[in-house]
Amino acid sequence: MQSRLPILIFALVMAAIPFVPGMPPFWIVLLDNIGLTALVAMGLVLLTGVGGLTSFGQAAFVGFGAYTTAVLSTAYGLSPWLTLPLSLLVSGLLAVLLGLVTVRLSGHYLPLGTLAWGLGLFYLFSKLEFLGRNDGISAIPPLSIGSFKMLSPGSIYYAIWVAVIVSALLTMNLLDSRTGRAIRALRRGHVAAEAFGVHTPRAKMLVFIHAAVLAGLSGWLYAHLQRAVNPTPFGAQAGIEYLFIAVVGGAGYVWGGVLGAAIVVVLKEVLQSYLPLILPGSGQVETIVFGIMLVALLQLAPGGVWPWLMSFLPEATRGKKPDTSLKLEQRPRAPGQDSVLLHVEKARKQFGGVIAVNNVSFDVQAREIVALIGPNGAGKSTTFNLITGVLSATSGSISVLGKKVDNAPPQEIVKLGISRTFQHVKLVPDMTVLENVAIGAHLRGHSGPISSMLRLDRADEAKLLAEAARQIERVGLAEQMHQLAGSLSLGQQRIVEIARALCVDPMLLLLDEPAAGLRHMEKQRLATLLRELRDGGMSVLLVEHDMGFVMNLADRIVVLDFGTKIAEGTPATIKTNPEVIKAYLGVAA
Amino acid sequence: MNTTIMLFLVQDGITNGAIYALLGLALVLVFAVTRVILIPQGEFVTYGALTYASLASGQLPGTAKLALALGIGAFAFDLFVARKALHGRLILRSFLTNVVLPAIVLALTFYFAAQKPPVAVCIALSLVIVAMIGLYLYRVAFQPLAHTSVLVLLIASVGVHLALQGLGLLFFGAEGQRGPAVLSGSFTAGALRFTGQSLTVYGITIAFIVGLWLFFGLTLYGKALRATAVNRLGARLAGIRTTLSGQIAFLLASVIGALSGIMIVPITTLYYDSGFLIGLKGFVAAIIGGLVSYPLTAVAALFVGIVEAFSSFYASNYKEVIVFMLLIPVLLLRSLAAPAVEEEKD
Repeated sequence: MQSRLPILIFALVMAAIPFVPGMPPFWIVLLDNIGLTALVAMGLVLLTGVGGLTSFGQAAFVGFGAYTTAVLSTAYGLSPWLTLPLSLLVSGLLAVLLGLVTVRLSGHYLPLGTLAWGLGLFYLFSKLEFLGRNDGISAIPPLSIGSFKMLSPGSIYYAIWVAVIVSALLTMNLLDSRTGRAIRALRRGHVAAEAFGVHTPRAKMLVFIHAAVLAGLSGWLYAHLQRAVNPTPFGAQAGIEYLFIAVVGGAGYVWGGVLGAAIVVVLKEVLQSYLPLILPGSGQVETIVFGIMLVALLQLAPGGVWPWLMSFLPEATRGKKPDTSLKLEQRPRAPGQDSVLLHVEKARKQFGGVIAVNNVSFDVQAREIVALIGPNGAGKSTTFNLITGVLSATSGSISVLGKKVDNAPPQEIVKLGISRTFQHVKLVPDMTVLENVAIGAHLRGHSGPISSMLRLDRADEAKLLAEAARQIERVGLAEQMHQLAGSLSLGQQRIVEIARALCVDPMLLLLDEPAAGLRHMEKQRLATLLRELRDGGMSVLLVEHDMGFVMNLADRIVVLDFGTKIAEGTPATIKTNPEVIKAYLGVAA
Repeated sequence: MNTTIMLFLVQDGITNGAIYALLGLALVLVFAVTRVILIPQGEFVTYGALTYASLASGQLPGTAKLALALGIGAFAFDLFVARKALHGRLILRSFLTNVVLPAIVLALTFYFAAQKPPVAVCIALSLVIVAMIGLYLYRVAFQPLAHTSVLVLLIASVGVHLALQGLGLLFFGAEGQRGPAVLSGSFTAGALRFTGQSLTVYGITIAFIVGLWLFFGLTLYGKALRATAVNRLGARLAGIRTTLSGQIAFLLASVIGALSGIMIVPITTLYYDSGFLIGLKGFVAAIIGGLVSYPLTAVAALFVGIVEAFSSFYASNYKEVIVFMLLIPVLLLRSLAAPAVEEEKD
């Protein structure tokens, strides 16, 4: 969706730089270093900024890439071009191994875990005999094309920057795709993404491998630029440095990684060469000033420099509306009116001593709107979580179309055609409404990460976006399609969640308090929409506190109180049921 | 294996482990209250140790000047924040704690350094100096970032670590130092020789663990800190000043760090950059303890210390590899055991 023009201009400028007359060769060396650093930082942008997985261990992956080619091209005399895929492969495979251990860790365990293996691997590099211990490996052959050897910083410059720009393009392509949306949803917790079929551990692993491969590429280039490797640049300090490069640049932005690399590399160079002139004599003054400037920079722009710079540019033109004539396949509908779609039999959920749901049984028929009501804490949302597989039931069973599904993971439940919204809105605030809704259609697309990176997914992608746009229009938010979801009012965000749930092409729609935060007219429009959906063959199970809304809309009502079902029936019978009145209003002593 | 060697190694491991336990506790404390992963914890250790060693050898430690400089910085931050409504009493209080106090301490340090002070004075001065550094550091570097994400705080923490480590080189030079024993004398029990120093280490560690436990369990401030750790906004609404909680956490962490440094510098030579690795081993213990549990962290730290002692005896080349790789199985167990909990992040 982004315009490719600025990138083209950037590539041309970078290509022209070595030809500028009088360009000091030292600047080219700096640019080489910036490029190498940017590759690693870019991986971290995806991993940390976008995916929310903080890693201190990236320097180790640079080391894997560098040492692989160093060993193979010196001890075994392989051509550097042959070792390129091997370097990437080694980094990727080790990422799988380390990822299996660490990626599942949540919160702060993850960064600390990566710090631990980053340190451990550094010591391993410096102790292993075949890696040359602390001395490392020298006399690595340069890259060469035919008889042209890339011996000078100026000649490998192109190899480095082609790698940077191609990697940036591939990374941006990946982010702007079905897989990319799944990755971008990771940072906001996994429940919402999983409810639409995203395999979050797999998505995390994917970004982990992607970042490791980029780091490995940087390491491969580094080895052939320096033509020697030793453990120092792959230690924990370096790993920490890569991370703050990404944060300084703007951790959520691919070009933020490149900018951060430029800022940090240039700043260090300037400090190293000019500070001793101002403050002569004393040792590590540049480290002190560098540390202080880093903290100051973060206090001024906590989001990073790239977004801060971008805020000065005029706002980019909004994306165009997808072509809604493209259609996705729809699932076959249940035929008659009387077939039982969802059957809940004595479902029970205990949290320690608290019985949140106590042997609740009810059915939802095809083409029916059922409301689940009850006072706060009655177990309504827990029941939803049991049905959608977010929680597993302590006992009892849940069947969809006669097939038992209790304790299936959410990703399996959604495949059966059950989709939901959340009581506390779970959208990705920094994605557009269109992109958020398209996550709903995740399982209806098939393109994988590789085809996304190479843009082979466009036909598939167009259909997904068309479906998302159609559902957004259906719920009446066409105007807001390209706004960021976080900028909408809470009521509108709830409606966006409904559109996202509709993208699943569900048979049964579970709505958790859809009318909360809506105005009167909006509620009426919502009621009309839900009736249309029912008449079109869908069933709706909703939790709602607005009694007027429920009584007018629902075909049948199930009432819970303290986890137990106390009544079930048509709105008219529920209104006069003494048990229900007692639960809601209490009873005179 | 020889039993004597084994006992020796265990003893050595417990001494180191006790230090890691203290550091691990401090890290857990700071993280829980402020969400800062305190990488400069190691610098508090070296600052404490080297300030103590310099004082004992009659030199004026640069850290005393740093405390004053940071204090002035903290006062400037307070003034800047309060510029819209200058409130005499508050300004005066800030001036007293941030400028007058470190100035007095600097003067005292100056006075005592010239005449090779007794051990107790060296310890007291070193503790006060590092404690002030910790306190002002929070005001200058972290308090303005208190609302940002854990990641940004972490990077700021890295920046502070770099700056402090660089300053450490400036103050103490590249050569390592040793300090005089806190408690001299020793006795032997069987094959083992207990020095007064190692007994001090055990005593202080236990005292701190019990002290922290009492502080968090019984005092109002301790409870306020715990409340801040659980829910920052909720704590504020209940009238707890979250800045105060942050200050207390940093104060405790810097005191613990400095104390650890003072306890180990008579046993091992410390360099300006030794703190990082020592702090990281405290981290390992804290992670094994799950970053929440104090007793578990203490046990884990002893374990780390013993593993380190044994691996430095049998495979000294791979000592660090073994200690840090120790985490992998622990993390593996945790990731298998931990249920997939939804986290609401920033």
